[in-house]
Amino acid sequence: MSVETPGVQTPGVQTFTPQAFHRQAHDALGNPQIRANFRSAMDGLMGKRREAFADWELEALRELGASVRLRALAQLPTLLERLEANCQANGIRVHWAEDGEAACRLIRELCEARGAKAVIKGKSMVTEEMHLNAHLETAGIEALESDLGEYLVQLNDQTPSHIIMPAIHLNTDEIADVMHDKTGIPHTRDVDAMTAAARAQLRERFMAADVGITGVNFAVAETGTLCLVENEGNGRMTTTVPPVHIAVTGIEKVVEQLRDVAPLYALLTRSATGQHATTYLNMISGPRKSDEQGGPEEVHLVLVDNGRSAIYQDDELLDTLRCIRCGACMNHCPVYTRVGGHSYGTTYPGPIGSILMPHLMGLEATKDLPTASSLCGACGEVCPVKIPIPALLTRLRREAVGEGRGNVPGAGSKRTKTEAAAWKAWQWLATHPGAWRGAAGVAGKLGPLTPGKLGPWSDHRVAPKPARHSLHALVKRHRSTIEEES
Amino acid sequence: MSARETILGRLRRRLDGPLTPPVSDFSVMSGRGWSREERLRRFTAWITSVHGEVIHTPRADWTQALARVLADKGIRRLALGRAHPVAAEARAALAEAEVTLVDADRPVDAWREELFFRTEAGLTSTGGGVAETGSLWLWPTPDEPRLLSLVPPIHIAVLDAEAIEETLFDVMERHAWGQGMPTNALLISGPSKTADIEQTLAYGVHGPRELVVLLRH
Amino acid sequence: MTPIKCYPPKPPRVYLFGTCLVDLFFPEAGLDAIRLLEREGIAVVFPEDQTCCGQPAYTSGYQDEARAVAAAQLELFPEPWPIVVPSGSCGGMLRHHYPTLFAGTPLEAQAEAVAGRVYELTEFLVHVCHLTLEDRGEPETVAMHTSCSARREMGLAETGPALLAQLGQVTLVEQARAAECCGFGGTFAVRHPEVSAAMVEDKSRAIEAAGAERFVTSDCGCLMNIAGRLAHRDSEVEGEHIASYLWRRVGK
Repeated sequence: MSVETPGVQTPGVQTFTPQAFHRQAHDALGNPQIRANFRSAMDGLMGKRREAFADWELEALRELGASVRLRALAQLPTLLERLEANCQANGIRVHWAEDGEAACRLIRELCEARGAKAVIKGKSMVTEEMHLNAHLETAGIEALESDLGEYLVQLNDQTPSHIIMPAIHLNTDEIADVMHDKTGIPHTRDVDAMTAAARAQLRERFMAADVGITGVNFAVAETGTLCLVENEGNGRMTTTVPPVHIAVTGIEKVVEQLRDVAPLYALLTRSATGQHATTYLNMISGPRKSDEQGGPEEVHLVLVDNGRSAIYQDDELLDTLRCIRCGACMNHCPVYTRVGGHSYGTTYPGPIGSILMPHLMGLEATKDLPTASSLCGACGEVCPVKIPIPALLTRLRREAVGEGRGNVPGAGSKRTKTEAAAWKAWQWLATHPGAWRGAAGVAGKLGPLTPGKLGPWSDHRVAPKPARHSLHALVKRHRSTIEEES
Repeated sequence: MSARETILGRLRRRLDGPLTPPVSDFSVMSGRGWSREERLRRFTAWITSVHGEVIHTPRADWTQALARVLADKGIRRLALGRAHPVAAEARAALAEAEVTLVDADRPVDAWREELFFRTEAGLTSTGGGVAETGSLWLWPTPDEPRLLSLVPPIHIAVLDAEAIEETLFDVMERHAWGQGMPTNALLISGPSKTADIEQTLAYGVHGPRELVVLLRH
Repeated sequence: MTPIKCYPPKPPRVYLFGTCLVDLFFPEAGLDAIRLLEREGIAVVFPEDQTCCGQPAYTSGYQDEARAVAAAQLELFPEPWPIVVPSGSCGGMLRHHYPTLFAGTPLEAQAEAVAGRVYELTEFLVHVCHLTLEDRGEPETVAMHTSCSARREMGLAETGPALLAQLGQVTLVEQARAAECCGFGGTFAVRHPEVSAAMVEDKSRAIEAAGAERFVTSDCGCLMNIAGRLAHRDSEVEGEHIASYLWRRVGK
């Protein structure tokens, strides 16, 4: 079902895997530059989001956002058919792909049919999910990212470390080096100069591109409209300049009506970057008409399942599909803030990745992701469509140890005899109050003798010592004192 | 079985059974109750906050304001349409000016190089504005194609004060966008920008570096 | 958002669910909670057979084991009295997760009934007891760390600080990123010790940087974690459970 197998990424690209979460997190924690970059970026984003919602009835808006997404999911097959019919009526050709591999093949064939050699890309996480660039390159088609962050990451032979700000792990100095080394511009730390250089480099590429490929933020069933949210204008370039535009989206991105876009857009921009609006909301409802002067001759929409219809089966897991990809959960996650995006080793990092990637890659490969959370609840608190992320993390932990419904790939793969036996022993003790009190008494007596080292805990903290007398014992003594006094 | 049938089949034969669509309460998106002055104030404040430039002008004199903008910014080559009253009035007013008027109402392929590398500004009309977010909305036409507001380094947009509505939701409802959309509709809030280099804002990364709104009263 | 809760008048009697961490590591905090309630004229019943709310297993995915342990606790509160818990984390487990844990089982109604009577200690002191405090302690600068469960699951970001604000000799300071997790997270600290350590290091530094001589919390997990980190660095800042702190300054 999944194409997200480690190792199929572009050769030369720095590879991170979810299996190596601990090592990758260790490296990131030990890298002061990474730590500082993420901390300052996340602090800024959290502050901006807070300000952006200051004069809103945020709860009412989130409630609306959640209902828009749930309403779409509740009618998903019908809305996909309506989207398809209305897109086709608008002249957009619609294609369906069961998994990432099929989607890659389909997109390659569309490119080959046009004899395309050069593809320019707008930001699209779903194409990252299926490693589209690597696939196109094996067919001799060059795919160049045009979002500045994606472009920098691609130049640096890396993958994005954040779904909204792909190059957030790099600071100005590092970017200056990349721009100089890979594009040959004179070395400069001036952000305006680097931006201008990228503009000039990419303008040529927009004009030369045979095909433009983008993602979709919202696909409107009612009107057959594809909405793209962006600040740079590269999305507008990609969807307007080349003769062919291929939009790629997960099947869950559909909304019922055009009016549904208004609350989702308001939530997305404020949650993601604290903006009241992005520079552009680009709404595409077809290729150029015969009397129009510009715009693509062909527009294609590729609807990708890639594991989503499996998530869709389960009432609790379904909430995963509400996501509008704003990234607020990672911006507010104390774990993501410390280890950065690459540590997760998955296309979508942070809390949303930890509840989504196990479905795409299986729980065996991603077993450390659902536990990489203190369940502090910050993600669920800020989610603009009210996805109960902590509850879904807990659900996946259950699935991983084989105590869930068993309907997530790799269910039960994390269960070990030792750990299961330990919890059984704990259960026995906690359901035998006499034994519990006895154990507490023994622990108290041994308190001073218990080891000062307690595994990794005491590498950084003083190990706790059991109290001499448990609360049970203290209460007993307290009661008798009261009785004596009265 | 085709991928389409497989996917739709899986969605229809849902394990936990059919779902009931909830009803959405959109009241939070609308009914701001702002006066004309308040709409104008908010629009100006927001679009200015994202680096947009607003120039107020009496309706009758707007082409003089345009001429001043062109002179101040040293714009020598301005691309614009022909049929729309905004374009027609601008052409009439600028006929004697030292500005080369570049025709936008022709196939882009015919003047791509010129558009990308030699046009200094693009002039467009707008459908209206949004007070809450400081946004313009545009429905590009054959007369004013979509690249006119995107490719030149400066975008000059003409907006009438009475066309500023409260929210995006209001615009969509009042203009019945759900009944039919053009091939491309745009909401524009400021010039092109990026913060991809260490959260530092830079303008004009792919689209215009400057957005000038001629706000006609 | 936590729904607005309607609070009952001050009852003559309550249950105390002490929690396993208090029982084993911070029993004085449990006793001080009892003393604070008794000071308000409330009789406190401490069911002797209580052990653990089941949360460690629940959040580790061991749902069956958690349910067995939780079921044993459900039987301990037969009378319709409020159940006071000196922990936002265990309080959140009882109030919010018990109904989910027992949904569709014969114990569902009982779990709902118990959940509806659960109050975190500071919540109960502020909203039910309307506690007024007269500070008899020395002047001190204190930071409050509200646990994530108390703050987000139970919606109690204000009750702890509200109690401390009543102490005339105490200067309450707020540490940077007060709402951020300290990195305990139950078994998270064990499964991801390095990440957890990075989080608690930041938290303990923030408390020091705020100029606090002491930090106070209503959750023993956070207390063990943050105080453990401060002590490891030989910091002069100490931690204390809010029940003990309040009792020490106003009690007797």
